[in-house]
Amino acid sequence: MTNHENVQCSTCTCGLCCTKIQNFGVTRNKFEILKNVDLHIHCGDLTAIIGPNGAGKSTLLKAILGEIPHTGELIFLDAKSKRTGRPLLGYVPQKLDFDNSSPMSVFDLFAAARTGIPVWLSRSKHLHQSVKESLGKVQADHLIDRRLGALSGGELQRVLLALALEPVPDLLLLDEPVSGVDQNGLQMFYKTVSDLRTNYDLSILLVSHDLNLVAQYADRVVFINNKTVESCGTPKQVFTDKRVIDTFGIDWTNQLKNEKGGIE
Amino acid sequence: MPVLHDIINTFNDIFGHTFMINALLGILLVTPLFGLLGTMVVNNRMAFFSDALGHSALTGIALGVIVGIHQPLWSMICFSVLMTVLIIIVKKANTASTDTIIGVFSSTAVALGIAILSSRGGFNKYSVYLIGDLLSINSTDLLLLAIVFIIIVVLWFLVFNKLLLVSVNHSLARSRGINVQVYEYIFSLVVALIVTISIQWVGIMLISSMMVLPAAAARNISKNTRQYHLYSVSIAVISGLAGLIFSYFLDTATGATIVVISSIFFAVTFLIKLKFS
Repeated sequence: MTNHENVQCSTCTCGLCCTKIQNFGVTRNKFEILKNVDLHIHCGDLTAIIGPNGAGKSTLLKAILGEIPHTGELIFLDAKSKRTGRPLLGYVPQKLDFDNSSPMSVFDLFAAARTGIPVWLSRSKHLHQSVKESLGKVQADHLIDRRLGALSGGELQRVLLALALEPVPDLLLLDEPVSGVDQNGLQMFYKTVSDLRTNYDLSILLVSHDLNLVAQYADRVVFINNKTVESCGTPKQVFTDKRVIDTFGIDWTNQLKNEKGGIE
Repeated sequence: MPVLHDIINTFNDIFGHTFMINALLGILLVTPLFGLLGTMVVNNRMAFFSDALGHSALTGIALGVIVGIHQPLWSMICFSVLMTVLIIIVKKANTASTDTIIGVFSSTAVALGIAILSSRGGFNKYSVYLIGDLLSINSTDLLLLAIVFIIIVVLWFLVFNKLLLVSVNHSLARSRGINVQVYEYIFSLVVALIVTISIQWVGIMLISSMMVLPAAAARNISKNTRQYHLYSVSIAVISGLAGLIFSYFLDTATGATIVVISSIFFAVTFLIKLKFS
C-alpha cells in the first residue's frame, strides 16, 4: 500500500498547512442537506469527494465558499501556525451562469477578476501578457482572445482553473462538470490538477463524477452519502467500503487492480 | 453648395424649436445609459425584469394619485424600488422559476395600477404613459437626467468588473471575495431607476425594447466586452438621433421610431453574424 500516514480524515499530523472543516451542517428551507461533516484537508493532497447525485457534494463546496449559510467552522492553519483564519480560496465552477452567446473573452474574465479598471474601457498590453502567462500554466494561452461561450467543456475547465490559481489559493475547490467534457479533456484536467500538488503549496478539494480518474489521481477519497461523510480514506479503503460498493454498484477494487496492476 | 445649404436649412428647421433641442439633449443623455446597462441586462437574461419594471410604473402613478402627488415620478421610483427588492427576495426563496416570479409581480402591478387609475373616472388621461412623449422633456427633466447620467456612468466605472464576475458565476464571484447580493441589488436598482425615470418619455410599452435591442444587436457582432459596449452604446445613440429626426418628418411617436430603428440594427447585425460566422 502506498505510504500515506496523513490519510486520516479528522486529524492533521503532517505538520504542513491544514484546512479543518469542523462539524459542518447545512440546512436550507428547513431541509437538512448536510450534517456532522468533519474533514481535514492537508496541503499537497488531492482530496476527491464522491457520492450519489444530490448527496450534497456541491453544497459542501458552496458552504466552504460561504455562499450558503452553514453551522460548524472552517479553520485554516499554515505550516507554522503563523497565519490562521479563513483560507484563501480558489474555485472552479461546474458551469457558467450566463448564456453561451455572450460576447465575453477569456481575457475579459481575467481582467475583471484581477483589476479594478473597467473591462469595457481599457486593454493594457502588460495585463494581456500576464494573463497569457497565467493561462500558459494550464496549456491554455492560445485561448486568451476566444469567446468564453465558444470554448469546449475541457477548454473552459482549464481556463477557470487558471483563474482560480490567480492568486495561488490555500485551498482549491473544484466542481467537476457532470457532462460536456470528453474523456481526453478529463484526463488532461486531472493530470494538470495533480501536477499542481508538486508545484504549489496548496490543498485541493475536488468534487468528482469519474471514479476511474479518482482512483488514479486522488490521495484521499471522501464518500458523501445520507447527508454526511460515510467513508473516507485512501482510494483503496473507500472503494472497498461496502456502502460505496452498494451505491455505485460495481466492485471498484477489482477495477483498480486491473487498471493499475494492483494498488498494493 | 446647394445640397449642404439644404441640409443646414433642414437642420435649422428641426432644431429651431426648443422642444426639439431639449429632446435632442435628452436623447444624448439617456440612450448611452440604455446602451451601457442593456449589455448587462441581456447578459443576465433580465429583459423580462426590465419589462416588469416598466409595467410597475402604472401602480407607481396610481399610488401617486392616491397620495396626491402632482408629479408622479417620485411615487413611481419608490414603487419600482420596492418591487425590485421584493422580486429579489422572492426569487431567493426559490419557490418558482425567475420568469414566473417576475410575471406574477408584473401582472399584479399592471392590474393594480389599472384598477386604481380607472376608478377615478377614466384611464385616458394616463394613457400618455403607455407610449410616452419624448418631445415633452423640459429643462428640469434635463437637469435630473444629467445628474442620473453622471451617477450611472461613475457607478459603471466602479462596479462593472464585479458585476461581470457575478454574472459569470455566483460562486466564482464569492470565492474572490465579492458580496454577490450587494451587487445584485446595485444593478437591479440602477436598472429600476433609469427605467422609471425614462417611462414618461419612452412609454411603458417600449421601455424594455429601448434597453434590450441595442445590446442584442451589438452582441451579434461583438467578440469581447469592449466591442460589446462600444457597439451597444453607438447603436443606442444613433438609433436615438435618427429616431428623433425621422419622427419629426414622419410625424410619428419618437420613442416608437427609435425602437423601430434599433430593430433594423438588430436585423442587419444578425445578417452580418450569419454571413461571417
